[in-house]
Amino acid sequence: MSLILWIPLVGPLALAGLSLLPGTFALRRFVGVAASSAVLIAGLLLVSAVLNGAVPETGGGMLRADALSAYMISVVGAVGLIATWGGLSSAASSRTKDAASYEALIALFLAAMSLAVLADSIGLMWAAVEATTIATAFLVGHHRTGRSLEAAWKYVILGSVGVAIALLGIGFIYAASVGTDTPTLSWVQLSQSNLGLDPALITAGGALAVLGFATKAGLAPMHSWLPDAHSQAPAPVSGLMSGVLLSVALYAILRIQSITDLVIGPEFLRTMLSVGGLLSLLVAASLLIRQRDYKRMLAYSSIEHMGLMAIGVAIGPAALPSVLLYVLGHGLIKATLFVISGRILKVEGTPLIADVRALLVRRPGLAVPWLIAMAAIVGFPPFSIFFSEVGIIMAGWSVGLGGVVGAALVLLLVIFAAFTRLTVQMTLGPPANGVGFTPDYSAHGPRLPIILALATTATVAFVAEPVGTLLLQATAVLGGSN
Amino acid sequence: MFENIYPQLIGLCAGALLLTSALMVWRHSLLASIRLLALQGIALAALVAVIGIAEGESELVLVSLLILSVKGIGLPWVLAYQSKASIKQIQESPRLNPTAALLTVTLLTILSYVVVSRVFGLGDSSTGHAAPIGLAMVLIGFLLLISRRRARSQLIGFLLLDNGIATITFLTSGGVPILLEFAFSLDVLLVVLILHVFAGRMRTKFGGTAVDQLRELHD
Repeated sequence: MSLILWIPLVGPLALAGLSLLPGTFALRRFVGVAASSAVLIAGLLLVSAVLNGAVPETGGGMLRADALSAYMISVVGAVGLIATWGGLSSAASSRTKDAASYEALIALFLAAMSLAVLADSIGLMWAAVEATTIATAFLVGHHRTGRSLEAAWKYVILGSVGVAIALLGIGFIYAASVGTDTPTLSWVQLSQSNLGLDPALITAGGALAVLGFATKAGLAPMHSWLPDAHSQAPAPVSGLMSGVLLSVALYAILRIQSITDLVIGPEFLRTMLSVGGLLSLLVAASLLIRQRDYKRMLAYSSIEHMGLMAIGVAIGPAALPSVLLYVLGHGLIKATLFVISGRILKVEGTPLIADVRALLVRRPGLAVPWLIAMAAIVGFPPFSIFFSEVGIIMAGWSVGLGGVVGAALVLLLVIFAAFTRLTVQMTLGPPANGVGFTPDYSAHGPRLPIILALATTATVAFVAEPVGTLLLQATAVLGGSN
Repeated sequence: MFENIYPQLIGLCAGALLLTSALMVWRHSLLASIRLLALQGIALAALVAVIGIAEGESELVLVSLLILSVKGIGLPWVLAYQSKASIKQIQESPRLNPTAALLTVTLLTILSYVVVSRVFGLGDSSTGHAAPIGLAMVLIGFLLLISRRRARSQLIGFLLLDNGIATITFLTSGGVPILLEFAFSLDVLLVVLILHVFAGRMRTKFGGTAVDQLRELHD
């Protein structure tokens, strides 16, 4: 059973090595897909183990999969699969040396993300999150243009400084545990209620760690790397960063919160995360209204959704099942949208919204999935994002954070309006030069991953067993009861 | 014997750390900054070794060797990896003049003493009294990051920040387990290598490494 824990780490690493070997051209382009499949299968096996009451552990307790970790690793695998499969490169372009390092870095990224959610040590989790910065740095700068270089530089500097602040916080938390009998960084031990950790050190440590991981999660005011990196990276990488990297950073915040809540109560982080969440929504709303670039539009949408998730985390256990469902729904839909945006960029040759007109008439093969996924991301039912948003807002009201969720709701309406306007601009209306075109029904890439992602998000909210049970178990983990 | 000189050794190492940080702000030549960074790495390794010997932990002595090889030798070598002749000519033209910068360093140091003594209390131990130095280094690192224009000078600011964090960790908790220390060092080394590669690409692309040129992406 505990052997499964090694699959999402060793599998992608082995595949990364394979793609770097000479003479593997034919297989190389499937490395990302194979690595995500390995992570997803391991995740589903771990979920079934967890639902049967087991908590797999290995590596001397360093790796551990409770309900939350098992769920998160499945999310990493699922989102990774949609992004890599949807962005599958052509056989011809996978012959270059660049393609080899690209696939290897994607696999490394997946391994690091898996380690981050499986590690039972906030130190190891930190090292894994930092390793993802390393893996994605060259992926963001993959196109080697001046702009992608700029995006990559800002991303690495801001990302590493943010994560360094988190390290300082983790140092303080460790210092607090040195004051007790057993110095430890294991969050299982740290989140026991009777340790007697020093409140001053835990407050400072928790604040710094959350601030640091919030930088990686793209929460305002530390979000400025995100639109640049997401708009310049290749589309599948943007999808992976938006759907996986941001969510894993949020997962790190959840783990830190479970430690601080026991020592200093929930109020302190609640204020911090509410402010960060509302600021993110505000930033997204103000910059979406006049957005001109559709990949940047998707990036600001990620900031918006992370902001709402942060508000959900601030609300606490009442909202956590919704937040976790949100992570999956947002990840799948955002990966889909980035994949389609990559295809639109490829066939239209422009990232500007104003230059892409009447997509529904000219290219229905791209416009129809784009419209459906857009409807999902702005929160139309039956897609799970709708239920997550409603869940978070209701939970906020029930715990007395009505002001915060009320403000969030107003900002969500503004964002909804901005999104609708931009999408209508891109897709509807008559084509510019009227005559002389044939509608393009091609999807310009694999259709199945997009259909799978949309179908999953449309149905997952209605599956009480096992999804609902798993989400409740994962929430119970954060309450310290597992 | 060792008990008597232990507080002095801690004070000496911490003083060296603060002094090198202040000098890094003062000096504008890249080569001088890199040499100061190497000195700082050695001082940090010495600090860890002193704590390790005082507490009788052999693991900490190993960690100090790791720090010596990464922060004292490895990173400065990576940063200086180009011909000596060309690196000597690289001069920084920071946004702050030296007097204002040194004054800011003083204020940041005072601030960190105030913050640490108010929030945590300095305690009785000699390591507790030195802890504000680490925070001052972090703040000075931020100062370098925002006031320097060149890619590699920003990188030095980042490393100073990282050294400051390591100093705080060792002074407050006696360091983290060695496996994690190894992972941290590896991460920092790789980040620096990546930024170094990007700085090289910037030079071929823009003909210089002034980060000011990076302003194409905005809303």
